[in-house]
Amino acid sequence: MTNGVETLRKVTYREAVREAIREAMQKDTRVFLMGEDVGHYGGCFAVSKGLLEEFGPERIRDTPLSESGFVGAGIGAALGGMRPIVEIMTVNFSLLAADQIINNAAVYLHMSGGLFNVPLVIRSATGGGRQVGAQHSRSLEGWFAHIPGIKVLSPATVEDARGMLWTALEDPDPVLIFENSGLYNMEGMLPAGAGAVDIDRARVRREGKDITLISYSASLFKSLDAAEILSREGIEAEVIDLRSLRPLDEKTFLDSVAKTHRALVVDEGWRTGSLAAEISARIMEGAFYELDAPVERLCSAEVPMPYAKHLEEAALPQVDKIVDLARKMVKADG
Amino acid sequence: MKTKSTRKTKAAALDRDHALYLLRSMIRIRRLEDKCAELYSAMKIRGFLHLYDGEEAVAVGVLEALTRDDAVVATYREHGHALIRGVSAGCILAEMYGKQEGCSRGRGGSMHLFDDKTHFYGGNAIVGGGLPIAVGLALADKMQNRPNVTCCFFGDGAVAEGEFHESLNLASLWKLPVLFVCENNLYAMGTALKYTQAVMDLARKAASYDIPSHAVDGMDVLAVEAAAKQAVEAVRAGEGPHFLECRTYRFRAHSMFDAELYRTKAEVEEWKKRCPIETFTQTLKSRGLLSEADLEKIERDVEGEIREAVAFAEACTWEPVEDLTRFVYSERRMS
Amino acid sequence: MAEFRMPSLGSDMQEGTLLEWRVKPGDRVRRRDIIAVVDTDKAAIEIEVFEEGIVEEILVQPGEKVPVGTVLAIIRTEGEAGVVTAKGAKAAAEAALPAGGVIETMEEMAGRATPEKRIPPGEAPAAAAAPAAPPTAGRIKVSPYARRLAAERSIDLSVLKGTGPAGAIRAADVESAAGIAPAGPPVEAPPAPLEEKPPIAPREKAPPPPVSPTAEKPAVKDYQAAMRRAIAAAMARSNREIPHYYLQTRIDMSRTLRWLESENQKRSIKDRILPVVPLIKAVAMALTEVPELNGYWIDDRHQPQEAIHIGFAIALRQGGLITPAILNADLKSVDELMEALRDLVTRARSGGLRSSELTDATVTITSLGDLGVETVYGVIYPPQVALVGFGKTMEQPWAENGMLAVRPVLTATLAADHRATDGHRGAQFLDAMNRYLQEPSKL
Repeated sequence: MTNGVETLRKVTYREAVREAIREAMQKDTRVFLMGEDVGHYGGCFAVSKGLLEEFGPERIRDTPLSESGFVGAGIGAALGGMRPIVEIMTVNFSLLAADQIINNAAVYLHMSGGLFNVPLVIRSATGGGRQVGAQHSRSLEGWFAHIPGIKVLSPATVEDARGMLWTALEDPDPVLIFENSGLYNMEGMLPAGAGAVDIDRARVRREGKDITLISYSASLFKSLDAAEILSREGIEAEVIDLRSLRPLDEKTFLDSVAKTHRALVVDEGWRTGSLAAEISARIMEGAFYELDAPVERLCSAEVPMPYAKHLEEAALPQVDKIVDLARKMVKADG
Repeated sequence: MKTKSTRKTKAAALDRDHALYLLRSMIRIRRLEDKCAELYSAMKIRGFLHLYDGEEAVAVGVLEALTRDDAVVATYREHGHALIRGVSAGCILAEMYGKQEGCSRGRGGSMHLFDDKTHFYGGNAIVGGGLPIAVGLALADKMQNRPNVTCCFFGDGAVAEGEFHESLNLASLWKLPVLFVCENNLYAMGTALKYTQAVMDLARKAASYDIPSHAVDGMDVLAVEAAAKQAVEAVRAGEGPHFLECRTYRFRAHSMFDAELYRTKAEVEEWKKRCPIETFTQTLKSRGLLSEADLEKIERDVEGEIREAVAFAEACTWEPVEDLTRFVYSERRMS
Repeated sequence: MAEFRMPSLGSDMQEGTLLEWRVKPGDRVRRRDIIAVVDTDKAAIEIEVFEEGIVEEILVQPGEKVPVGTVLAIIRTEGEAGVVTAKGAKAAAEAALPAGGVIETMEEMAGRATPEKRIPPGEAPAAAAAPAAPPTAGRIKVSPYARRLAAERSIDLSVLKGTGPAGAIRAADVESAAGIAPAGPPVEAPPAPLEEKPPIAPREKAPPPPVSPTAEKPAVKDYQAAMRRAIAAAMARSNREIPHYYLQTRIDMSRTLRWLESENQKRSIKDRILPVVPLIKAVAMALTEVPELNGYWIDDRHQPQEAIHIGFAIALRQGGLITPAILNADLKSVDELMEALRDLVTRARSGGLRSSELTDATVTITSLGDLGVETVYGVIYPPQVALVGFGKTMEQPWAENGMLAVRPVLTATLAADHRATDGHRGAQFLDAMNRYLQEPSKL
């Protein structure tokens, strides 16, 4: 801080996550990071680069390729009084740990009648768009958001990448944080004193009156770009960043729909049984009489992610598609 | 590393009080579960009910090796473990009744008994699912320099799961204080070990992770106790995880609704001759450590305990339906 | 004596077939002994006994299929003498079973504790005779928000043309209808307020206002038809749904007119107050005393409104009418009311009415006196709950204090919704209104 003006500095999303981990490790000796390649390699996405040297191999703990084993170990360590951050390299591999996440982490508190809570944080990269094929391009956040007992976060901005981790570590229950791998290189401005942020409310990232674009993670920026283009045509889109996928802050998007009377959900997950479907249903339940047009969804095409660049781009939600759809929804005789 | 062969009961001097305690413990489990079967037939208990009948020596012998601060992770056949660990028969039965005074408030049921005071981290109903958690509990102890041991029970079926191998590898790699106890009753539900395992000597699998492994006669409470004590001592001394295969047999069906088509009567009868309670009773009598009067008193006491437990469970209350969505997320934040 | 019952071996087991007895009467049984074999849906399962004793009697024979909980055998426990109540025991046990034969579960216990739900006589046939859902052929496509707006503004959706996908009506269509439709076609001047003539002078029909350019548009006919349909819908609904009651009173207007004359002498011609203004004010003031008449009946609920917005029915030249509202009439002075009325009429002519003025009325006044009508029997404009009608003010014989005189007398009527109020309150309203008109200086 200088002259009462907060100093802003430019950081990448990756650096923001790393700072968050470092700060948590410094603040609380119970915190440790565990996962594949987090130590000697420096993290698959270089997020934990340098942390091994700083904190040592006990607290920056490389694991074998045993997702179920080390996620379960994270649960056990959390039960045993630690505050583990378990990194699952990408959401695709979370399927190998789904038993531990869903059958143990999510239900321990409930099955024990409230005796045992699991203060575990799992971080995982997610998303497509990097031409890495069907097995490495999934967006399964919405799947996990289906499960009661866990919380699912989706930080899109560097501020949230920096601030959500600590709040998640302070949460008594398991929290999954999904970082879109396409965002790690994104730069953003961070106040010098940036720290913990709430993890249960959505944010209006752009105000508008004609249509609400509801989005999260990397799709947020596509929605913001689309809103900018729409604005030049006289259509003012309100853009909402969900931030937390479970619990869903429905008040924020219902309030917005009550203002704009139109909603378009932009979700990198597949359409069928998706988070977008859930949001659409909530709007129908909570704002039916506010709707002046059917809720629309722009999701990934229902194919495993193809490798070829043009096909992958066609499969993912893109700015021009958002603009087209929003325009149709707002314009008369659309 | 070579695994050691099945150990025989040591004929060393046996403290009478301790011997009677072991016998009483096994009888407590047996009688509690007899009552469970009865209550199940009468529809007081519902869901799945997996009884430990015949395997009592394993839980009693192994748990005898632990301290109050050690942690226990068990399977869905865990009534005996909870009882011997110190959860009251009343709280266990109340849980099976589904009542809110049950040890898991009726949220868990027979397969999910939990107790924080005794560090009983639950019956886990996913085969193999408890092993990684035991690894993590031990990791927490190690990182916080606590002298505790985590004891993890699982069946022979779990050995086929990936989580078994991942967990043993992790525990060995990180030299964690875990005692892995395989309750090998020869059947994964209704499929015999010989139909599922290429290598039937389970202790060898653990040995392949450089974990000291022993197989022990799981029908012999003294043998189990001795092996467990030796293993726990080593684990507590910082030697890393140990593995104990307890060869045992369940006399009753896998669960209540089981026609037992997969094994013969003769096989069951043959194993029943090795009933851990019967054989231990005979051992004690032959050594002059147990009289008929002692046995009658044990049975009488246990009968009273079970009677009181049933009365307690009957008198317990149902959690209000308005509380349905509690315990999905914690109601208070923590430090 | 103990009963050996068909056990439940799982939640999905409802009944079992007794296959075999391993014991016979007189045999001694011990706990955990297998004494019978039962065939379930899954397989034959051996059944153990939880009692010690002697088998007293076998009640179910091999081959019989019985529900879970049925007593299969009676076992005499240690120390008991043999008795022969076996058959009775079986009957009693069966009698204790709820229909379906399963012994008590929590649900059944709970169910039995509460009386059965019964359909009252007459209700079921009525439900069965309920009219089928309306055919969808003529269904109007309309967005939920537009539907809500239209309901709030009492706009008939069937007359609107949608601009949304597939001709769906959207909010914008409703808003433009609410804002333009009433103002679009030429508006016939509301007879009373537009006349700047001395009070009680014989009235002439107001000259038709100049035809506005919009009148020549082909859309006018559509508007007229649309308006007619809207009125038809509202009035049909009113007659169908609202149980009207009518009250009528004669009011001596001499004090009011005298007061008005003296007031108007103080004013320039353009500021003069028309005689309908004190009437409006008197209605507003009376409504503050009987507020139940000011408001709505919506969703089977009486919803009195705090603000008093008086809709003033204005007939249109081509037929039909609109009822723009004078907002917060009770809070306005007579001068302000006159100004508001003048403004309303001017804007009604020029198409400048705000949509809220067309939808916010909480009560309606219909004044038809200048057409010679003596008494107005109004039809309430739903969802309002009252309509006040004024006829012609005429010189009439008036008896007072034993004397006969000729006075200007006005017949005022109240049409009110009997769901919302009773005649007693309606009468109090008319009485209050009369009182205000007898003390016009307080208006």
